[in-house]
Amino acid sequence: MKSRTIAFCGVLTALALILSYVESLFPLPVGIPGIKLGLANLVVFLLLYIAGPWHAFAVSLARILIAGFAFGGMYSLLYSLSGGLLSFAGMVLLKRSGRFAPVTVSICGAVLHNVGQLVMAGLVLENTGVAVYLPPLLAAGVICGFVIGLLGELLRARVARAFRSPNASSEDNQ
Amino acid sequence: MLRQMKKQDYLLIAGILLAALLVFLFFGRKASGQAGAVRVQIGDEVYAVYPLDQDHEELLAGYDGGENLLVIKDGEAWISQADCPDRLCVRQGRISKKGQMILCLPHRIILTVISGEEEMDGISG
Repeated sequence: MKSRTIAFCGVLTALALILSYVESLFPLPVGIPGIKLGLANLVVFLLLYIAGPWHAFAVSLARILIAGFAFGGMYSLLYSLSGGLLSFAGMVLLKRSGRFAPVTVSICGAVLHNVGQLVMAGLVLENTGVAVYLPPLLAAGVICGFVIGLLGELLRARVARAFRSPNASSEDNQ
Repeated sequence: MLRQMKKQDYLLIAGILLAALLVFLFFGRKASGQAGAVRVQIGDEVYAVYPLDQDHEELLAGYDGGENLLVIKDGEAWISQADCPDRLCVRQGRISKKGQMILCLPHRIILTVISGEEEMDGISG
């Protein structure tokens, strides 16, 4: 990995951290836990399309671990980890299939993030009743993922220009 | 950007929304009926059931320590204070309709609004 790439990922990890912090200051007033815009996922989404899955994975994991230890507790960490990993796996698979638009990939990422968190909540509490939260979380995931996907598409060309280096610009022009 | 969306994109999104609707209909039926009480579960056990029509405050001790203050007032129940770091339970607001829940993960506390009568027996408030 080139030092330029490492530096770029570091900057984006910092950006993702700041976005999750800003987001935690302004929770959406809907009374359902876990509903948020998912601004940090914007960074993961961009990296997935600009740099590839491993960069996106590394930044996502670093963001979750640092945010968990810095702003949350053990349980918020557990929550975001399950959501983050499921979301990431889903986005990579959908993108790999080559059949879905980036906005759809973002929507599925957001939806799976919520599903992962809810499954973890169900496991920790040993209670299947948490499934009542599934419909609003799915719907919110579609809306938030759509917004993030559109933002990502708007930013993609610009961020790609900053990232551009010989070994990583191949996925930039699809 | 949206021009890239094809049939499979819309199908996938429609599938997600359909799943949401199905789960909603399934739980929506269970949630109908009179709300009468709030059930408090801590860990695996039902700790207490409080009627919603009696104002009440109770300091709940979490499963592995920690405290949440349950407040019942004017037919609504909510957690007004908690000593966990994220305080998601406080942010979940007030519940008053049957089926609504408040979860506290760190302390393994679940509040659920239930109809009341059938589960009041045998449990000391």
